[in-house]
Amino acid sequence: MIELEMRNVTLGYDHHPVLEDISLKASPGEMVGLIGPNGSGKSTVIKALSHVINPRSGKILVDGRNIARIPRRELACLVGVVPQLPLLPSTVTAFEIVLMGRNPHLGLFQSESYRDWAIARQAMEQTGTEPLANRRVNELSGGEIQCLLIARVLVQETQAILLDEPTANLDIGRQVEVLDLIKNLCRENKLTVLAALHDLNLAAQYCDRLLLINEGHIHVQGTPAEVITDKNIKQVYGAENCVYTHPVNGLPTVLLGAHRNKPTGR
Amino acid sequence: MSSNPAAVEASGTYLSGRRMRIYSLLGLCAALIVVAAVATSIGSVKIPLLTTFRILLDKLPFVDISPTWPSTIATIVLEIRLPRVILAGLVGAALATAGATYQGLFRNPLADPYLIGVAQGASLGAVVGFLLPTAWNISGIGIIPLLAFIGALLATVIVYALARVGKTLPVTTLILSGVALSALLGSIVSYLIISSGEKMHGIIFWLMGSFSMSQWSEIKIVLPYVAVGTAVIIIFARLLNVMQLDEEQAQQLGVNVERLKLILLAAATLITAAAVSFVGTIGFVGIIIPHAVRLIWGADHRFLLPLSVLTGAIFMILADLVSRTVLSPTEIPIGVITAICGAPFFLYLLRRRKKAIF
Repeated sequence: MIELEMRNVTLGYDHHPVLEDISLKASPGEMVGLIGPNGSGKSTVIKALSHVINPRSGKILVDGRNIARIPRRELACLVGVVPQLPLLPSTVTAFEIVLMGRNPHLGLFQSESYRDWAIARQAMEQTGTEPLANRRVNELSGGEIQCLLIARVLVQETQAILLDEPTANLDIGRQVEVLDLIKNLCRENKLTVLAALHDLNLAAQYCDRLLLINEGHIHVQGTPAEVITDKNIKQVYGAENCVYTHPVNGLPTVLLGAHRNKPTGR
Repeated sequence: MSSNPAAVEASGTYLSGRRMRIYSLLGLCAALIVVAAVATSIGSVKIPLLTTFRILLDKLPFVDISPTWPSTIATIVLEIRLPRVILAGLVGAALATAGATYQGLFRNPLADPYLIGVAQGASLGAVVGFLLPTAWNISGIGIIPLLAFIGALLATVIVYALARVGKTLPVTTLILSGVALSALLGSIVSYLIISSGEKMHGIIFWLMGSFSMSQWSEIKIVLPYVAVGTAVIIIFARLLNVMQLDEEQAQQLGVNVERLKLILLAAATLITAAAVSFVGTIGFVGIIIPHAVRLIWGADHRFLLPLSVLTGAIFMILADLVSRTVLSPTEIPIGVITAICGAPFFLYLLRRRKKAIF
């Protein structure tokens, strides 16, 4: 069980700061959603928390340790990432991509064992990707690749998982499947999960806590009901009067173009 | 645990592919020995294959065959042909391995061992060596290979220093600085060749490559570089596979990308420089052998690299055999042979398999 934390962190590329003086925390068993408009810095947060970029100031802590001092291989055993639809080498099979998740667990002179293969197989089963195993990745669709990357992060067996738009290319059935799977793992194995999500409705339904980032700062954070309100959505996205209450689970739901019939009071 | 048929089949296919590649490795080892022995027996003086085998076997420890051959024959086999064959094999292995490494590291199918300045650096060093008064020759090695080696390393170090951005080494910057510096050095080489007078022929022959001066003393110098460099590269083969994703994902999967780049660049550059210094900048092998191996056996670097070592060695021994026998006693520059024989074969492979190869 590990905690991820950012303390007064400023992130940016070259001379262009993306996020300034950000502080956030994600705890074991908690699913945190990162929401915000395009270019607000959701992916940048994920890159910083996986030490692909260095903060310009402030501290990033993984399990209370400064991320810059954790060797890459050890970090990759603690924190796994599902990147936003990357280009994959066309010659590799789906099974090989998933098996690469074992890399941080293998020493320089080691090769994958039967146990590693079994772990990869099981993850492919969990994500419904086992029929793709022998296919080359250039034959696969965006959604299929996304499921493979989720299988890969499961194979990595980390205690924290960062997801960058994990459902962007999935059909609605798959969106629910994938998020259910992650949510269950988060609960049962006390994983720390931080997901950048575009879809506010999915974010509200699945996350325990949301961070809404805008213009380089955390606009607001809290439970979905506290974050997804008419006022916040209007300030950040410019869309007016579009938050409703879900008729079944009572969570906030965003519905565009229905404001004429919206009952007053919310 | 799972007993899902598709998943079982997945690791089954994965395993059977592995087994096939392991058999291929063993087969190529045997082929290399046979090709080397056959190449040793062929030449201007005809020596029967059986006699060649017996001379070679006699040299192995614990084997004692009473000589039925004249000592001149043994000298031709052991002092002239065998070092030549072995050096050709070493250089072929080195260039193919370095090529496969650069292609993997740069994730670029056009990469070859000479991409970041090694060849032009070596050429400039060698040309300067040719133009120096002969009195400068150090006994044993000769000034030309020494200067070629220094030139190759110096060029790469300059390219590396130019391409570095802060603590990182972006691959595109590295390739571009390599291309630019190669162009600069190339033009200096061209100018020196034109103004070299009667030495021009020798220089051009060196640039196209030749194994005609091969000696055991050269093998003793080249072998350690090639052996150690190749071993280091093969150790990192699995990480090179992960690097095929992209640098960001490789880091997130626990690869220290910058350190890996530095180690592999250093190893590949050293083996290329050592190989090229004695025999000239032989082209084509370093780019085509790795691709041919990839077409036949797939892109897993744990197999791609050792298979390239063997295939490169076999190819170069055969190319050298052609270069010294076809127009005998005239020798055709080896670079000409590698391209004339290699290109059609490679194009055949390319047409036969129309899958994506990179």
